[in-house]
Amino acid sequence: MRCDFADSLLQGYFDGELSAPSAAEFERHLQHCVHCAVELVDLDLLSGRLQLAQLYEAAPASLRKKIRAGLRPVALTTAMPQPLLWHWLAAAAALLLLAIAGWRVSPALRTDDYQVELAEEIVDAHVHSLQPGHLTGISSNDEQAVKGWFKGKLTFALLVRDFANDGFALQGGRLDVVEGRSVAVLVYARPGHLINVFTWPTRERDTSPRVGSRQGYQWIDWRKGKIEFCAVSDAPTPDLQQLQRLFME
Amino acid sequence: MNDLDPEDWLRFEQLVLPHVDNAFNLARWLLRSRADAEDVAQEALLRACRFFRGFHGGDARAWLLQIVRNTCYSWLEKNRPRELMVEFDEELHPQPVATPESIAIADEGRERLSRALETLPPRFREVLVLRELEGCSYKEIAAITSIPIGTVMSSLSRARRQLYSALANSSHKEAVREV
Repeated sequence: MRCDFADSLLQGYFDGELSAPSAAEFERHLQHCVHCAVELVDLDLLSGRLQLAQLYEAAPASLRKKIRAGLRPVALTTAMPQPLLWHWLAAAAALLLLAIAGWRVSPALRTDDYQVELAEEIVDAHVHSLQPGHLTGISSNDEQAVKGWFKGKLTFALLVRDFANDGFALQGGRLDVVEGRSVAVLVYARPGHLINVFTWPTRERDTSPRVGSRQGYQWIDWRKGKIEFCAVSDAPTPDLQQLQRLFME
Repeated sequence: MNDLDPEDWLRFEQLVLPHVDNAFNLARWLLRSRADAEDVAQEALLRACRFFRGFHGGDARAWLLQIVRNTCYSWLEKNRPRELMVEFDEELHPQPVATPESIAIADEGRERLSRALETLPPRFREVLVLRELEGCSYKEIAAITSIPIGTVMSSLSRARRQLYSALANSSHKEAVREV
């Protein structure tokens, strides 16, 4: 048996969705309607059972992975509508290198895989940034202006410094996407070379700089104070090491 | 058309991606299958990304769930059209069977509850999942399902009653089997 008159009011009352006057009206009804009083308890029991049964199903890790993998190209493809042949060749070369690296690195040392994959992505992003119009979101050598441009766009504090006196002139900054997450990039110029410094927050411990080389580009990666840095350029490795030291001063 | 520049992507990442669990959960209950839910949730997220430019602030979870729901329905139409036509048969699940006592006797297990939930027609299943599992307000449910708030209330009422019946029905069947 149920009370048809108050049925949907009952739901609203139970869910706390009635306006104050409607709730008061329903409470007056409740005082002399046993059906509604019983049904309120039933609703509560049912709701309690649903909660207890833990029916909520969280997304499996594989879905998150697929989403990130599937979405990133969508986010980036239109930025480069017509991939150049050499870009594909570079990607193929990177794959080959990855295969060789995978073959050479013994299973016990596979922690380096992360570095290899990361370096590949970063080098890709670097190559991409060299296409016309992609290098900077803000083009300026003014530390404050660049810092201001990043304001509100980042979830971490980014220190922006110009090292023109040491031969690394600040060119500006941009946002980029690496491994499916947004990263801040500072761009520096050295005679004949451009250097991209990718930075993003990390939970990992500090690490001393590690260097590598891929497709004719050099990279140096380090973590400091929950921030990861990766500088990449066609400039020689010692130049990157010098820039790394400047960053840490 | 898909041009999410890094800035939009950052917004998408911050506003929409945190709701992947909610997207999956709704798809799982609408499609009654984890594997299908994974595919459809992924498709919905891609769609959300594609149309993210059309999202001008507001409740990102409700916006995403709306897309998930519509994607689920079009998937059902294509792959299991019969499911959308089947309405809950009140003859097969007679009301009087459902008394609190009979339900209390029933096994409280997750399995039975989940099976009972799955017997409801999708339109009722979704309001229950949104209300009981997602904790959505009527207003949010109305936005996600594109039905008026008044209808949300009556749908919830019917959905809950049907769930009672389905539970009572299942405990009745168990009892018969045991005899």
